[in-house]
Amino acid sequence: MPTVDLAKSTLRDLNQALHSIPEGSNETSWEVLNPKGSHAVAVGVDKPVSVDVRGSVGYYCGGMNNAGTITVHGSAGPGVGENMMSGTIVVKGDASQYAGATGRGGLLVIEGNASSRCGISMKGINIVVHGSIGHMSAFMAQSGTLVVLGDAGDALGDSIYEAKIFVRGKVKSLGADCVKKKMHPKHIERLQKLLDAAGVKDVKPEEFTRYGSSRTLYNFNIDNAEAY
Amino acid sequence: MCGIVGLFLKDKSLEPKLGELLSEMLISLTDRGPDSAGIAIYGSGREGSAKITVQSPHPERDFVGLDGALEKAIGQNVDLTVKSTHAVIEVPAAKLDAAREALTQLRPDLRIMGSGDVIEIFKEVGLPKDVVERFNLTKMTGTHGIGHTRMATESAVTTMGAHPFSTGSDECLVHNGSLSNHNNVRRELIRAGMKFETENDTEVAAAYLSHRIAGGDDLGQALEHSLDDLDGFYTFVVGTKDGFGVLRDPIACKPAVLAETDQYVAFGSEYRALANLPGIENAKVWEPEPSKVYFWEH
Repeated sequence: MPTVDLAKSTLRDLNQALHSIPEGSNETSWEVLNPKGSHAVAVGVDKPVSVDVRGSVGYYCGGMNNAGTITVHGSAGPGVGENMMSGTIVVKGDASQYAGATGRGGLLVIEGNASSRCGISMKGINIVVHGSIGHMSAFMAQSGTLVVLGDAGDALGDSIYEAKIFVRGKVKSLGADCVKKKMHPKHIERLQKLLDAAGVKDVKPEEFTRYGSSRTLYNFNIDNAEAY
Repeated sequence: MCGIVGLFLKDKSLEPKLGELLSEMLISLTDRGPDSAGIAIYGSGREGSAKITVQSPHPERDFVGLDGALEKAIGQNVDLTVKSTHAVIEVPAAKLDAAREALTQLRPDLRIMGSGDVIEIFKEVGLPKDVVERFNLTKMTGTHGIGHTRMATESAVTTMGAHPFSTGSDECLVHNGSLSNHNNVRRELIRAGMKFETENDTEVAAAYLSHRIAGGDDLGQALEHSLDDLDGFYTFVVGTKDGFGVLRDPIACKPAVLAETDQYVAFGSEYRALANLPGIENAKVWEPEPSKVYFWEH
């Protein structure tokens, strides 16, 4: 297993090595030591390899991930999995603000809590947070799914488009145009799949409430001017 | 950008290492703000005496014979320690106001960085590592301290635009963010009699807190009021004689991480700043909530 120790190698060495993995390589399991809050760890991975990061990372870990499986054995700074395309990122600890921002695909699992703006402008990514999330999460979320086993902060789903939000705990307040919705069998099925994929056990999809767009802000209406 | 670090020691055995730990934390955040850096350190004080930290653009001229001239002016002994462009002057506590007044007369170019029983403030333009070296900060001891590395957005890169800013006796403020209504607030505070050295937004926040405290608020109340009156982005870290506090604006987009162990409470704009602290692997590490005043006191 290739191991990169960031106490000895530079971040550029690590990311260049990950980007240079040839197609069909057998070196599919990587380990990163001593991240100590470094920024941009394992950004732009585009091969189906696994990267285990032993410690906490700073900004933008796993950004633009495409097919990689990245596990942070610690907490993550702002923007973990930003603009992820596919693959999986698991954060064993907490995540700071805008986790999974603008993500287009793949699965982001936060086993602790996520901070404000989780899933902001998400465009297809699935995010599962075992704990709670902060304010302004799923702001302008376009598609994908945000699943929260704990509570959500203020202004959840403000100006949301077609993303789906499932919250098991309390929601402090809903943002403009975000409303509570009924759970249909297809939502139960979708949620069960995500819970399974995120390794969540002993929690039933029926325990969640679904939230989504009431679609009143899609087209400009002068009566809604205050809400834009 | 800008980077903030803070370290509040609970364990006395770490006090000799305060300067070293805080300096390393500050240097780790150099790329968040390479324009200027500063540190406020709460060291030991002597019963009955107070400290004034002053800065001069012409230290070779202003600090020569200053102790003698000041002693003559206030009629008491003083103790002057020069550190590069700064000097710390110990005066009898009862003569603090008289000494401050005399300093402005004796050396008109001198700027008072702060004063109090224990606080010392050092700040200059340049990289954190150069500022640390210039003032020999790694050798400083104390109970707690706050550091700042600046990426200027709202005003010029000058010594006086660097942080920390003094907010009163033994009190200081550092800030990451930018205030959008500082011109208005400055105008109101000038009307109320406050004086300003710079066009800097953080100086306005510092003056605002001083003004509230002078009007009867405690620091916690003054911080609570700043949520109503200061508009913009901010993570504030404040220091007092016995403690330090943290406040983030309601949007909370400026980063902040806190860590607590039996030995200390530490603040960093990023986890990077905390990564080498002793026992960090077992510390409670969390992100402070928006609009919530955190405060620790000895």
